[in-house]
Formats: sequence, C-alpha cells, structure tokens
Amino acid sequence: MTTLSTVPYTLKIGRATREAYGDALLELGRKNRDVVAIDADLAKSTFSWTFGKHFPERFFNIGIQEANMVGIASGLASSGKIPFISSFAAFALCKGFDQLRMGAAYPHLNVKVAGSHGGISIGEDGVSQQSVEDVALACALPGFIVCIPADEVSMTAAVHAAAAHQGPVYLRLGRPKAAVVHEAPLDFAFGRAITVREGDALTIVANGLLVAQALVAADRLADRGIHARVLDMHTVKPIDAEALARASRETGAFVVAEEHLHYGGLGSVVAATLARTTPAPIEFVDLGDRYAESGKPDDLLRKYGMTADAIISAAESVLRRR
Amino acid sequence: MPATASPSIEQLESIARTLRTHALRAIAAANSGHPGGSLSAAEIVTALYFGGVLHHDPKNPEWPDRDRFILSKGHGVPILYAALAERGYFPVEEVMTLRQVNSRMQGHPVQGMTPGIEASTGSLGQGLSIGIGHAIAGRLNGKHFRTYVVLGDGECQEGQVWEAAMCAGNYELDTLCAIIDYNRYQLDGAVEDIQSLEPMRDKFAAFKWNVLETDGHDVQAVLEALQAAQEHRGRPTCIIAHTVKGKGVSFMEHNNEFHGKAPTSEQLQVALAQLHGSQESGVRAQGVSG
Repeated sequence: MTTLSTVPYTLKIGRATREAYGDALLELGRKNRDVVAIDADLAKSTFSWTFGKHFPERFFNIGIQEANMVGIASGLASSGKIPFISSFAAFALCKGFDQLRMGAAYPHLNVKVAGSHGGISIGEDGVSQQSVEDVALACALPGFIVCIPADEVSMTAAVHAAAAHQGPVYLRLGRPKAAVVHEAPLDFAFGRAITVREGDALTIVANGLLVAQALVAADRLADRGIHARVLDMHTVKPIDAEALARASRETGAFVVAEEHLHYGGLGSVVAATLARTTPAPIEFVDLGDRYAESGKPDDLLRKYGMTADAIISAAESVLRRR
Repeated sequence: MPATASPSIEQLESIARTLRTHALRAIAAANSGHPGGSLSAAEIVTALYFGGVLHHDPKNPEWPDRDRFILSKGHGVPILYAALAERGYFPVEEVMTLRQVNSRMQGHPVQGMTPGIEASTGSLGQGLSIGIGHAIAGRLNGKHFRTYVVLGDGECQEGQVWEAAMCAGNYELDTLCAIIDYNRYQLDGAVEDIQSLEPMRDKFAAFKWNVLETDGHDVQAVLEALQAAQEHRGRPTCIIAHTVKGKGVSFMEHNNEFHGKAPTSEQLQVALAQLHGSQESGVRAQGVSG
C-alpha cells in the first residue's frame, strides 16, 4: 500500500515495522516469562496479538483505556515484570502522557511503549490517528530511550534491545510495509547511528520510513556526482552525538528527514547537538508546524514534503549554504 | 515478614494521634502542605500499618511478597511519612524535613526515593491503575500479596479512576482493595457542590466491586472492613471510608481553608494541645513494635 513506487529498485519491500514488532515480541515471550503485553483494543493493528495468541495468560487487551494501560504497566514493572504496551502512537503518547510521566519516566521503570501507526503514513484515517508529535512527547520524558526503527531488521533488534535495557523505552512502529534497509544480523545498539551509505558531500540524517527515502535521494544525488552520507538515526534520545560530530567534520552540511512535526523531533535534537559540538548548516525535511489530512500514504508524503524529492531539494539548499 | 501482633484499639487511636502530630509538625515546619487530607486519612493509615493488616518489612522495603500500599491521593503524604517513620523506614526527624530541598520527604510521594513509597503520585487518578498492575503481577507469579490503594473522594472525579474500576472489576482482582477517604471536600470546595460522586456505592457495585462503607475514623470499624475485604473472593473491594477533613483539630475540621495551607506556629500549638494535651505533644507512640 505504500512507497513501492518510491523506494530504490535495489531495496526489497519487507514487513511493516509493526508486524516485525509482533514477531519479535513473540520471540521475546518465548525466552522471557516476565515479558507481559498490554494493548488497548488495537492488538490486531499493532500486531501485539501475535504475542497475545501464543501467551494468553500474559496478554491483556484492556479495552480502550490508554491511561489505565500505562498505569497498569507501571505497577507490573514495579513488581518485576517487563510490560510492553501498545496502541496507536497518537493515543499511547497523547492520552497516556501524564501516566508515562508519573508512572514510567519519573520512577524510571522498566516500561516499554510501542506506538504504532506513527507519522502521517497511516494515511486514510486522517489527522486524529496520525501521530506527528509522539517523538517530541517521548523525548520530553526524562530517561526514556526514543527509537524509530526504519525496517523489520532494525525493529526486531530494537525490541530485543528494549527488553535488555533497564528503564523506559519508546518504540515508534509504522503502518506501511517498509523497505528493508539493513541486513540481518544487524549490529544494533540504542544511541548508535547506523551508516547506511558512505559519502562526503553532505549527511542525510533520517529515521523511520525516511531512511529509505534518504537512500533514494542519495542515489539520485550520486548520479550528479554528489555523494551523500546517510545515517539511520534510529535513536533520537540518546542521540549519537559522536556520529553527528564526525559527519559534521567530514561532510560539513546536513539534511534531517523525519515523519514528524518540525518542533521537538529528530531535527531539533540534531540541531541542538551540532550547535554545541560542530555547527554546520542544516535543512529540515518534516511536516512543519501543521497537521496533514486523509489520503493514500504516498500521496500524503508527497503533498506534505517527506520524500526523496524533498530531501534532494533540501540537499541543494544546504550545499548552497555551506 | 508476618504482620506484627495488633495493638489494642486504644493504642491504635493513640498512634493515629501521634501520626497526626508528626504530619502537622512537618507541614508547619515546611510552611507548606495539605493538613486537611492528611488528617482525614489518619485512622485508615493507622489501621493498615499498625493494625496487623499490611505484611511488610521496613528493613526490606522491596521484599517481593510484601503487601503493596499506594497513596493515590498523594497530597496526603505527610500522614504516610509519619506512619512509615513510626514503622522504622526512616527516622521521625526526617519527616520534619518535609518539602525542604535535599530531603527524601517530597511534597508528594516519589517511588524509588523514599523507602516504603510504592508509587509516584500527586497527579490524581493514577494509583488504582498502578495497583492493578501489582495485583496482576502477583497473580501471574502465584504470589498472595494484597494491594491497597487509598483514593481521595475528589480524586474519583478523574476518568482514569473509572477505567481502573471497570478493569479491576472485570478481572476479578480480589487481592486489590481501594479505600476512599471520603472527606467531602476538594481544593475549591465541597465535592457535592463541585461534581457530585453520588451514588458512590452504586457506582463501584455497578463496576463489579464488593463495596463496604465505614466510619473512617473508627479504627475498629476500619479494621473490620479491611478484614472483610481480605476474606471476599472473586471481586475487588472498595471501602468507602466516611471521614472528616481536618479531623482531630477543631479549627481544621470541615474547614476547607486547611486543604492546602499550613498552620501558623500558634495554630500548630493549639492543634498539638488538642491532639495530645500540651504535655504529651510530639511524644512518640508507646507500645508500637516493628
């Protein structure tokens, strides 16, 4: 349903990251009896049901009660469980925010939050279901790891990393099938960017679906002799400051691409980080300061400017500023 | 660690007075805090911590088999700090650092900072959900600990309370017990005038709870209700404890001015005199073990 037309011909379309989440959670459940999953009536959409049907005694579909879900996770984690809670990102973060603040972030509990259908690429359902502020909200929770995997390979790794990490984690899952940009087994760690393309002319920093778009853009720029580095910055917090500083020294210009509002997402974090270490010109590819609308995912990403074309324009702008 | 042998009702009443004394002195020292809702919960907290109800170990606050206690109405925490101190979680003197910088006695409960505090609360409406999480964890692990959550009546205006009530009832969490400190006031005035909760009993019953009502200042009655809750199978229990805001201090009772205002030093002296008689004020409870 998605970006088939706009991913590089060299990439294959894989599972949606939400589907990879469910599969990884199931695998995790087999290994660790303390893993418990809760969903708020979206289990078949978030794929937590993949876990739920195998482990009914450890799966709780609590109904449409996001605040309660987060609170329950807080209690479960306090009593030694590893709760993975899932819903649409828009609901988990917006409706559960105070509970995440009081019940997960402040006491730094082992609560794992999976926000599915992140960004505008959920498509037709429209703005109420499109999560465009979840990264900013999650980053505003002290101690949270905030991770937006690009594909099934990195999502699988991120789920296992989340379980191994002691503390709260936010994972953003996507609805559409996602191009596979990584090879398994992936050397993955939160806070460590993955270089998916080497280059020295500029650096494209992206996460989620925009990583594949960054690769398309890099291909087209390369055709013109402009060799862009592409970093999959899957973890927004903690950001890989070292990879950014190195990229700044070696390439001197940035495009940051994400499926999120302009304020408070990857772009803000990258800019704040570079400002303190190795300042360089940056252009931003994101939703801006507005909401989107209903439509096919590809149509929306085009209309709202989160495509390879938008990255190429941004690259041209930033290279003029260098 | 098993619950210690229960003191007599008279001793428990004396302990409740001592807890009130600590709470008021701490609030006065901070010149900040919530006297009204601390005083109304004194017998509830006394019954739980000193009446042989809670199984806990002050020397091992993380004991996995302990009963859980969550003060969802976090602004009442001075009375809880007083109980935890008298139980030996930390020195009574530390309670007197309430709300001061570098103190573990935060203005509202903070999990992981203060021994014996099971949940960070103060943003109302969240404690019952957290209690459900503990109760489910206990069920999954085959543990038999119980989880007690004290809510304010005004707090029950929060939607999340009813999400949790629905969930706990449907999950038949009979190890979970909610106690409502029904003191009839909230910050801006009388609950009945602002957003009535009635019929409270019917509400919880409709959500499939075992509902009991009691005089929240009669320790014996509170203990009996807690005992009944413990024996009830198949449903969580809600104890509606009818209380008086500011209970025990004449000028604070039914006076919502003391919802969130500290007594002056003169008012404190009068309050302490009323609670214990001037010669006894501030004296630690006698005969409290553990």
